Amino acid sequence: MRDLFKKNRSFWFSGGVILLYAILLVFDYKRASQAVLSSLEIMVNIAPVLLLVIFFTALIKYFLSPKAIGKYVGKESGLKGWFIAIAAGILSHGPVYVWYTMLQELREQGMSSGLVAVFLYNRSVKIPLLPVMISLFGVKFVLLLFLYMVAASIVQGAIMKRIFD
Amino acid sequence: MTEKTKRNKPSFAVVLKKSAVGFSKSLPLLVGVVLLMGLFRHYVSNEKLAMIFSGQFGWDTIIGALGGSISAGNAVSSYIIGAELLEKGVSMFAVVAFLVTWVTVGIVQMPAEGGILGRNFTLVRNGLSFVLALCIALLTTFTWMVLP
Repeated sequence: MRDLFKKNRSFWFSGGVILLYAILLVFDYKRASQAVLSSLEIMVNIAPVLLLVIFFTALIKYFLSPKAIGKYVGKESGLKGWFIAIAAGILSHGPVYVWYTMLQELREQGMSSGLVAVFLYNRSVKIPLLPVMISLFGVKFVLLLFLYMVAASIVQGAIMKRIFD
Repeated sequence: MTEKTKRNKPSFAVVLKKSAVGFSKSLPLLVGVVLLMGLFRHYVSNEKLAMIFSGQFGWDTIIGALGGSISAGNAVSSYIIGAELLEKGVSMFAVVAFLVTWVTVGIVQMPAEGGILGRNFTLVRNGLSFVLALCIALLTTFTWMVLP
C-alpha cells in the first residue's frame, strides 16, 4: 500500500486537489467555478513557458555532455558556476515550478544541488517587475532588498552544497 | 568529436521527444499546483491577507513571513499588499519578511518541488528560505534606518 502511494504520489496529489474542487463545486459553485477558470487561465499563460523549458532541456542535453555540465555548474565549477546560477535564475522567465524538471535533469547529469538552490532563490529577483516595485517602494529600497536577496541566495547555496553535494 | 561518437549521437528531434516525455511525468504535479493556485486566487483575497496583521512588531513579522510563505501568485500582488501595509503603519520588518517569503518560500508549490527535486531537498530549501527571509528583513530594515 505504501509503495502504491509512493509510486503514484503525483496522481494522489492532483486527485486530492480535484476532489477538493468537486466538494467546493457542490457547496460553493460560483467561486469554485471561477477558480477552475482561473486555473485554466494560468495553464494557458504558462503553456508557452513550459514548451520553452522542454526546448531548453533538449538543447542542453543535445549540446552539453554531463562532463560539460559538471564543468560549468557542477560541484567543482567554482566561481563560474555561482555566477551562471545567479544570472540564469534572475534572467529565467515564468513561474518557478516549470523549471523543476529541467533542474532535476541537470542535477542527474552533474549539476550541483547548491547551485540548483541558488538558481531557484534568484528566481525571486524579478527584473520585469522592477518598475512596479520601484514605483511602490522607491529605487533605494528595491536595490537594497535585491542586494540582500542575491547575498542570501549565496548563503543558501553554500548550505545546500554542504548538505546535498 | 570523433566520427564514431557523431554516429552514436541521437538526433535533436529524438532528444526533444525524450525531454517532452520526461517532462510529461511531472505534469500531474504541475496541474495540481496550478489548480491550487486557482483556488488561492478566489478564496484568499488581498484584503483577507492584509487583515491578518495586528500592528504588533514581533507577531506581525511572524505573520508576515507565514503569510508570504502560504501565498501563491504573481509577485505584483505582494508588492501592492506590502505597500498598503507600510502605509497602514505595519513595521518594515514584517513587510519585508512578507515580500521575501512570498517569492522564496512556496508551500503551494511544495508537492511539485518535492515530487521532482526530492522531499529532503525541498524541505531544507524552503526552511532555509524562511529563516533567510527573516535575516533579510532584519538587515534591510536596519540598513534602511542608517542610510542617508
